[in-house]
Amino acid sequence: MTTTTTTSPTPGPTPGPTTDAKTSKALQRSGDWARRAPLLPALILVIVATQLPFVVTIVTSFTRWNAYYPDKRGFAGLSNFGTVLSDPDARHAIWVTVLLTVSVVLISLVLGLVIALLLDRKFLGQGIVRTMMITPFLIVPVAAALLWKHAIYNPEYGLLNGILKGVFGNGAPQVDWIGTHPLMSVILAIVWQWTPFMMLILLAGLQSRPMDVVEAARMDGANTWQIFTNMTLPHLRQYIELAGLLGTIYVVQNFDHVFTITSGGLGTANLPYYIYQTFYTAHDYGLASAAGVIVVILTLIVATVALRTVFSLFKEESR
Amino acid sequence: MTIPTTPEASGTIAGTNPAQEHAAEVEQQVVNHRRQSPGSRLLGVLAWVVGLIFIAPVLWMILTSFHKEADAATNPPSPFAPLSLDGYKSFFSAGPWPPILNSVTASVVSTILVLALAFPAAYALSIRPVRKWTDVLFFFLSTKFLPIVAGLLPIYLFAQKVHMLDNIWLLAVFYTVMNLPIAVWMLRSFLAEVPLEMLEAAQVDGAGLLTTMRKIIAPVVMPGIASAALICFIFSWNELLFARVLTGTRAETAPVFLTGFVTSQGLFLAKVCAASLVVSLPVLIAGFAAQDKLVQGLSMGAVK
Repeated sequence: MTTTTTTSPTPGPTPGPTTDAKTSKALQRSGDWARRAPLLPALILVIVATQLPFVVTIVTSFTRWNAYYPDKRGFAGLSNFGTVLSDPDARHAIWVTVLLTVSVVLISLVLGLVIALLLDRKFLGQGIVRTMMITPFLIVPVAAALLWKHAIYNPEYGLLNGILKGVFGNGAPQVDWIGTHPLMSVILAIVWQWTPFMMLILLAGLQSRPMDVVEAARMDGANTWQIFTNMTLPHLRQYIELAGLLGTIYVVQNFDHVFTITSGGLGTANLPYYIYQTFYTAHDYGLASAAGVIVVILTLIVATVALRTVFSLFKEESR
Repeated sequence: MTIPTTPEASGTIAGTNPAQEHAAEVEQQVVNHRRQSPGSRLLGVLAWVVGLIFIAPVLWMILTSFHKEADAATNPPSPFAPLSLDGYKSFFSAGPWPPILNSVTASVVSTILVLALAFPAAYALSIRPVRKWTDVLFFFLSTKFLPIVAGLLPIYLFAQKVHMLDNIWLLAVFYTVMNLPIAVWMLRSFLAEVPLEMLEAAQVDGAGLLTTMRKIIAPVVMPGIASAALICFIFSWNELLFARVLTGTRAETAPVFLTGFVTSQGLFLAKVCAASLVVSLPVLIAGFAAQDKLVQGLSMGAVK
């Protein structure tokens, strides 16, 4: 850091990457490097550690490579992709990934919006309720999954069946939650953890709303519903998009809940679990990499839109 | 954030006298405050109900962890059973300290490395920005959007090649890379709040970099650095997939330990609840401490 001061004679902080026209080219160049120096360690590390593995994954996806048969290693062409796309397990994993992600994101987004609206009003204990709402997000995912699996869903002594029996007596229906609704069980457990996330982003959006304008509209006789649809929702749109896209990027990668609650069984294996299993249990490196490339492509579609949304928020903020 | 007002809304504002309107508004607020309508009170109650539903599983986990195994596994539940520390005793006798220590090592070391690398980078992207700094910033962000699972195999093969499998330091370095983009984004958004005039004034007065850092930058960004640290700590502490693949018996972390915890026959509910609570405790503490900045960290600084 100290080199920055000693080697850069360029004028001090400038709001943008504009260079002083008066400085000579040489000075400017050394100034450029002085500016870049603090950035480089982080940038180089991230480039090496994130881009190289993906290159390896892409190369491996075209390779026949199973660790159990090291002598059969060779170029495979597109056959790994063919296997993944024709393997019923893999196709099901793709379908589960889409279904799981879309339902978790939509449900937690709607719940998050309703709760954010409730918390945006003044009431007794507002701060306490907000803290209570955040708590599920602060349980280690594996621990939360264990909690839902054993303490809540268990058919013999789980809380859900316990409540049913406590309310309806001994004749109460006792459900094998995970056995009969495996995917719903996983979805509910993830929704419980991600609703606070959505709520926090949407609440931040609600609180950045210009209250004087809202009050003025109210004075002019606009009712609560009109204010909500004509003012609040348009203002929240960006926040809803951002919450949905970030949620999608995190939930698409979910491994902990699927691994813990069902171990990928009962038709709940998503792509991350499928990749984990193909690589870790079946040791089929080529196949796992081809599945990895497919996840990257799926995510890139969402990520492109997400990046654009972040960019538009970013532009407005720095204006 | 700019305010997208609807045309109707701005139209109505123009029609009223601002002073009058303001007086009426204040009056209305006072009335609202004094006499809450039944409907508004009902919504307050509803908020409490929703909050309680969301925290109920956690409360149930805490209660169960303090029950004896036999009382924890009854149906219907017995919430008023006598309290006991048996669950904690059997958790702590299962040898959780080495994994917890591994988690502490990986999380703390990676958090320190992240800050050491991210702060200079954020400085070069805000206070003395490089050319095309937005491109660099968005490159950092884009790496966060790539699914981490696609890097599982190459990183495993690399670890195998350099004989670093089952080594906690490798995991610490991996977590550093995983969290660097988030930290760069967060720290940049805090550094961008440092008033430029003050930096210029310091320069004119001949203050060196260290003085400027200590006197002008530090007071503004310290809270930001703290919350970035807490959020990186949480992400490292929570991570399961890579910890599971890259570690074995020596370097296993607390989440990995948890997954292998429920293998025994017989009753284990109190033990599992105690274990889950103990392992989540650092995250709960860090999360509540960073509560106000949590959104900013999770949205990579896009939302304030």
